[in-house]
Amino acid sequence: MSIKVAVAARNVGKIYGAGAAAVNALGDVSIDIQQGEFFTLLGPSGCGKTTLLRCIAGFETPTSGTILLSGRDITHTPPSARPVNTVFQSYALFPHLTVADNVGFGLKMQGKSRSEVASTVARVLDLVKLEAFADRLPAQMSGGQQQRVALARALAPAPEVLLLDEPLSALDLKLRKEMQSELKRLQTETGITFVFVTHDQEEALTMSNRIAVMSAGELLQVGTPRDIYDRPVNRFVADFIGETNFLVGEVDGTAVRIASGERLDVPLNGQTGRVTLAIRPEQIKIGTVPGGLAATVTDATYLGTDTHYALALSDGSALVARVQSRTGDDFAVGDTVGVTVDASAVQVLKE
Amino acid sequence: MSGPAASKRPRSNGATGWLLSAPALILLAIAATGPLFIVILYSFLEKGDYSGVRWILSGDAWFRVFFEKDIFDGTVSLADANLAIIWRSVKLSLATTIITFGLGLPTAWFIATRPATQRAFWLFLITIPFWTNLLIRTFAIMEVIRNQGLLNTFLLHYGVISEPIQILYTDTAVLIGMAYVYLPLMVLPLFAAIDRFDFKLIEAGYDLYATRIKVLRRVILPIIRPGIVAGCILVFIPSLGAYVTPRVLGGGKNMMIGNFIELQFGQGQNWPLGAALSTMLLIIVLGSLVVYMRVSAREEPHG
Amino acid sequence: MARPRAFDVTTLPGFTFIAIVSFLLLYAPIVTLVIYSFNAGDSVNLWGGFSLKWYHVAAGNEAVQGAAIRSFIIATWASVIATTVATMAALGTTRRGKYRGQSLIYIIINQPLMVPEIVTAVALLIFFSSVKIATGYTGLGYLILAHSAFCVPFAYLPIKARLEGMDINMETAAADLYATPWKAFRHVTLPLLAPGIIAGAMLAFIISLDDVIITEFVKSAGQDTLPTYMLGQLRRALTPEVNAISTVLLALSIVILALFSVVTRKRG
Repeated sequence: MSIKVAVAARNVGKIYGAGAAAVNALGDVSIDIQQGEFFTLLGPSGCGKTTLLRCIAGFETPTSGTILLSGRDITHTPPSARPVNTVFQSYALFPHLTVADNVGFGLKMQGKSRSEVASTVARVLDLVKLEAFADRLPAQMSGGQQQRVALARALAPAPEVLLLDEPLSALDLKLRKEMQSELKRLQTETGITFVFVTHDQEEALTMSNRIAVMSAGELLQVGTPRDIYDRPVNRFVADFIGETNFLVGEVDGTAVRIASGERLDVPLNGQTGRVTLAIRPEQIKIGTVPGGLAATVTDATYLGTDTHYALALSDGSALVARVQSRTGDDFAVGDTVGVTVDASAVQVLKE
Repeated sequence: MSGPAASKRPRSNGATGWLLSAPALILLAIAATGPLFIVILYSFLEKGDYSGVRWILSGDAWFRVFFEKDIFDGTVSLADANLAIIWRSVKLSLATTIITFGLGLPTAWFIATRPATQRAFWLFLITIPFWTNLLIRTFAIMEVIRNQGLLNTFLLHYGVISEPIQILYTDTAVLIGMAYVYLPLMVLPLFAAIDRFDFKLIEAGYDLYATRIKVLRRVILPIIRPGIVAGCILVFIPSLGAYVTPRVLGGGKNMMIGNFIELQFGQGQNWPLGAALSTMLLIIVLGSLVVYMRVSAREEPHG
Repeated sequence: MARPRAFDVTTLPGFTFIAIVSFLLLYAPIVTLVIYSFNAGDSVNLWGGFSLKWYHVAAGNEAVQGAAIRSFIIATWASVIATTVATMAALGTTRRGKYRGQSLIYIIINQPLMVPEIVTAVALLIFFSSVKIATGYTGLGYLILAHSAFCVPFAYLPIKARLEGMDINMETAAADLYATPWKAFRHVTLPLLAPGIIAGAMLAFIISLDDVIITEFVKSAGQDTLPTYMLGQLRRALTPEVNAISTVLLALSIVILALFSVVTRKRG
């Protein structure tokens, strides 16, 4: 089965302003988003993820490069002629229209017959569980309900691609969790390609088929959540996704000698010279000495199922370990412990 | 593929903005702003035989605003009659501004300190006169102050006076009328300023041992100053250019600049002089607006 | 024995008294005017019993009928024209980035609010009198044009305020949902803007209906509106007929103002 590309960006760049005041919002981004996948653009604010989304939607025209939709060049197609719909961060619901009219707006603009609009609206409202609210005005609904209306409105015309611009950021934590699984369900049920923008790495990890990590207008890494989490390509990605310990060291033959003097056997891919080792806190095991690297417990935080230990190696470099809480074998501040790390779980990053 | 794209490029913001504003600008240029320049031009022309102008450049009209030349011996003296009218206009306008401020500040304060539910009602009471016909309001005050009017009837009935006081067709009548007519123009900007005022500042003033009068002078007035300036200018400018009120209440003798200008285009048949007087009024108004913008530009950023 | 009163920081000595006096002074003349419009007698000062006589007199007076019709024709045209161009100007000056000349546009649009009416009146007299001679046309067109122009800022302000309060993403969302720019304007911008446009039209209508000075200078012979008719009447012996006309105009203004505040308060 061949994988079809829904959206492709080819060397897309965007510069705002001109001359000395010019801001380079997007560098030279190329990306393939496959049909039917839940694809997330992840990065801190100002990284260019929203600009890229707006280029796909047609609200911005790239300064350079092309945008392809199912292979067609849509770089200069106005948003009204793109089979792509957006869920706005502020929802942007039409305050003068009822929920049903909001949801039916796109279909009406496409010139669909009245009965077709009505039946599609009913079906989509059913999908987002808002059948009972068809005649309400947006102002009469809660934030979570407005969010569903925005979703329904964007889904109703059955776009090839649905763009979501940080749609959950205005919701409280509980509602956000609920909407995350709701979005996932809708994506699976409709089979529509979702392009989701967020700065929340946890949200990205739990929802996406694939993630693109962006920073300062550049694409750093594209991959599955597992790829990104377990095999970050650089320190930025490793640091941005989840919690990570960094240990600086020097390649010494087939191992890496870290600052405290110990040699760690880690999988090297031909790296030489100074490198950084990225180790996830949950990959670190601690036990009684002797065994592994000697470290001192500087802080212990009990978090229910887990306990967080802050450790200091002999040279003072800090590590954080997350250990499943078990009665009997917890350590206290000041204890000397032995730290062991599964070599295959260590990422060696070029300095 | 990108063929139609080039032609479909969105027009720049500025071009669309000007294009959309064009009908309004053209309308105003024809029937408001443009003709003002004709007035300025006319003030530098020579007076026609009966009315209108002769197309000869001349400073005569401007000269005659301030001076007059004796027709027999050619001596130049100050144009007393003209200057008296200008002086009366300035004097009455200043007095109007002071009276409306004296009444308007407490009124605006009163409205702004009402409970939120009542405030809209009191504000509406001020807006009704603001938007109702100036002529009707002038006419209403005329019926009150005329010799057989409400005021005299009332005073006679209670024996305060034995003969009706002649108020109508005096400067006092014009002053009462203008203060009456322009009071809402003072109250509204004052209200806007007081409404934004943080009343905790007054508590702070009292806390620091200020008396009520000191709080008013040292705390309240300085903070609402932009509103005071706005109100005073909003009253002073139309007072200076008043036409209807002095015509109805001043009765033709007690003219203000506005009536004097009309006279030049009517019986006086001296269009250039009327144009020069109009231009003078325009300059005074623009000067006041510049003062106002300076004051508000200096103080607004803190508000 | 004085009961100690709570110390209210918002009270200033004498302010409430002066405020109440101000309100009385504002309304006493208007109320008197309205009361005497129902006078059965011929005087605007002596009460001769209640009657609607002067309303009948005014309604039967051909000069008043003509002036009333003219007033309405002019006010209707002026508010339609002023609101149309003001709506376009508001769209052209609001919710788009700063551009060259924007403040010049503001100044020109608001110019009628700044210049004393007598000066504009004189300017129009000079300008239109030569146009009248040149074209031979002496119809209501001049009055409609003049009224439309000075109504523009009154129509513009509420429309601009409404536009500024509108979500900037509305048209973007419409475009995203397959609306062409015209359809987005027709189905989203215009309905959302409607309260502002209606409010602007109402203000323009009142302002046109009430105008005296510019009308007095621009009108040709036999083109009296209600206000200029009333101004002319003041030279003669006054009868409560003028009170009756005033009361009707007053009532009309209050009704429109009340509608205005309803329209502007109901936020989409």
